Amino acid sequence: MAGSRLQRAAFGVAVTGAYGLILAPVLAVIVISVFSQEIVSFPPQSLSLAWYANAWEKREFARGFATSLQLALVATAIGVPLGTAAALALSRARLGGVRGALNTLLLGPLAVPGVVAGTALYLFYVRAEFWVDDDIKGTFPGLVAAHVLLTIPWTVRLVAASLQGLDRAAEEAAANLGARPFTVFRRITLPMLRPGVVAACLFSFIQSFENLELTLLLVGPGRTTLPVAMLNYLEFRVDPTLAAVATVQIALVGALMLITDRFVSLSRVV
Amino acid sequence: MGTLTLDAISRRYATTVAVERVDLDVAQGEFVALLGPSGCGKTTTLRMVAGFVPPSSGRILIAGRDVTKAPPHGRDTGMVFQSYALFPHMTVGENVAFGLEMRKVARAERDARVREALRLARLEGLADRLPRQLSGGQQQRVALARALVVNPAVFLLDEPLSNLDAKLRAEVRIEIRALQQRLGLTTLFVTHDQEEALTMADRLVVMERGRVRQIGTAEALYERPADAFVAGFIGRCNLLRGTPEAPGRFRTPGGALLPCLPQQAHHGQVLALRPERIAVATAGDGLAARLVAVTYLGAQTEYHLDLAGTRLLAIAPTPAEGDPRRALAPGDAVLALWDPAEARLLPAEPGDLPDDAT
Ligand SMILES: Nc1ncnc2c1ncn2[C@@H]1O[C@H](COP(=O)(O)OP(=O)(O)O)[C@@H](O)[C@H]1O
Ligand SMILES: [Mg+2]
Repeated sequence: MAGSRLQRAAFGVAVTGAYGLILAPVLAVIVISVFSQEIVSFPPQSLSLAWYANAWEKREFARGFATSLQLALVATAIGVPLGTAAALALSRARLGGVRGALNTLLLGPLAVPGVVAGTALYLFYVRAEFWVDDDIKGTFPGLVAAHVLLTIPWTVRLVAASLQGLDRAAEEAAANLGARPFTVFRRITLPMLRPGVVAACLFSFIQSFENLELTLLLVGPGRTTLPVAMLNYLEFRVDPTLAAVATVQIALVGALMLITDRFVSLSRVV
Repeated sequence: MGTLTLDAISRRYATTVAVERVDLDVAQGEFVALLGPSGCGKTTTLRMVAGFVPPSSGRILIAGRDVTKAPPHGRDTGMVFQSYALFPHMTVGENVAFGLEMRKVARAERDARVREALRLARLEGLADRLPRQLSGGQQQRVALARALVVNPAVFLLDEPLSNLDAKLRAEVRIEIRALQQRLGLTTLFVTHDQEEALTMADRLVVMERGRVRQIGTAEALYERPADAFVAGFIGRCNLLRGTPEAPGRFRTPGGALLPCLPQQAHHGQVLALRPERIAVATAGDGLAARLVAVTYLGAQTEYHLDLAGTRLLAIAPTPAEGDPRRALAPGDAVLALWDPAEARLLPAEPGDLPDDAT
């Protein structure tokens, strides 16, 4: 029918437009990174990989990359088990009236602007350093603690969503067949939650790896994350070196998503 | 004492009593069906036996042992869930082996028993499939095999056939019954489908609003229902309100006097009469009635009668061609006749008489 064909065409245009809007900046960054000239203009004078070489020579990027990678891995390794346990408690434990408050608290970091949370943490760290008489800001453990905060709301959300769809009868069947509660959890519950947990790992990693605002005040000399290193560079120069670094970042995150999608279909969990 | 004993178990919730003082004794190898309308407490009763719902009061004994406080994993029951509840991340073989693994059965014996269970459930060759790669009927048989392979003291099934289509349901009904008899399994089976219960069970427990109304064989429930609810729930039945008069006489509101079994009036206020026990004739003995409707159903014919204002359903084998009853039409005068012993007074509680009892 003509009406529905028109509707379908309009829908197609809308979808294409939305994707274009989302992907245009990403594409622009990738394209600019291979332009040879310093000030971006169209058409490019020539294409080159010179900015990638430049990024490689600036050791702060390589060091920032290494720090960000370590930080994201450690924060994910700590945050996902904690968030999973919290999601289980939220949906299973007898919490009574505390449930709503706990839920808000756990998802809270999503609602607080990163800069605000970062400033609060900075002030807290200053105070805490006085108590423990040791450095916290500018140290790796200090950064990890902050980034665990980033991973928990995502993990709680994703695992809670998986728990919603979980068939309790399968757990009962296992108990009926003689499995003790912990065996039920290890053999039945956890494997059934796997898609949610894998997705939580991915999103936690990305959250930590890309975070700028929360991290800004907490880094120290020689302990700078990649996004902060990029911002620092921007204070002195504006050239496509940053586009080259960003392209590497995009490639890493994209690869992670593709790999994860092979294990669990992301569209089914997120 | 039976293999499974329920001793006055109750389960109360904040706003409802799901199960109220249920007593039941299931003998070794016996197949008992819990039957009743939706919400009458069948599932709650079964889940109390399995250990998923703690009884508010009462005791549960399995093989003579009091398991009222035992956790589900310490009860030795094998349960088949309505949704099958297969482990989606395990193959069919792993699903079936799970209970044996939990019981620490040695590898070689485990493999042999899994193979045997899969053979019994006609699942040979499917051991390496995942549950989602199976049809509904196959999944159902995996659930059966998984529960049977551990050789449980009590076999529990909660409406296991309700997700199958009608044809498959009839087949699986026979299969489950055959397996249960072959293995001598003590079985508690939940259903709201009376045909299922009648064809499969040795004994039936008719439940209503959390209480047991009657326990007995299919024949006992049909021929000697304890009350109007059971009479109306098992098979079809004319349930007539009226007043019992001198023994053997029942007065309808319209004034007709119906012959019935001589019983004390306090036995009940409702007269129960099975439709196939009423003979419809055009001449001879019987009470005068008017035909309201005739429904030809092939082998049988249904006659809707009006007897002095009281509706009565009679069902008879369709008369041969040439029989004057073949020509009966609405409005005709007929005679209704029954053996007074077939008409019994039954007690009734409010709500026991469905509006369409006839
Ligand atoms: N967890 C529960 N909380 C409150 N009421 C319940 C709960 N479980 C069952 N009930 C109530 O108990 C009654 C019996 O339920 P159920 O045993 O599931 O019935 P059936 O299996 O015969 O359909 C119903 O009225 C149901 O609403
Ligand atoms: Mg039920």
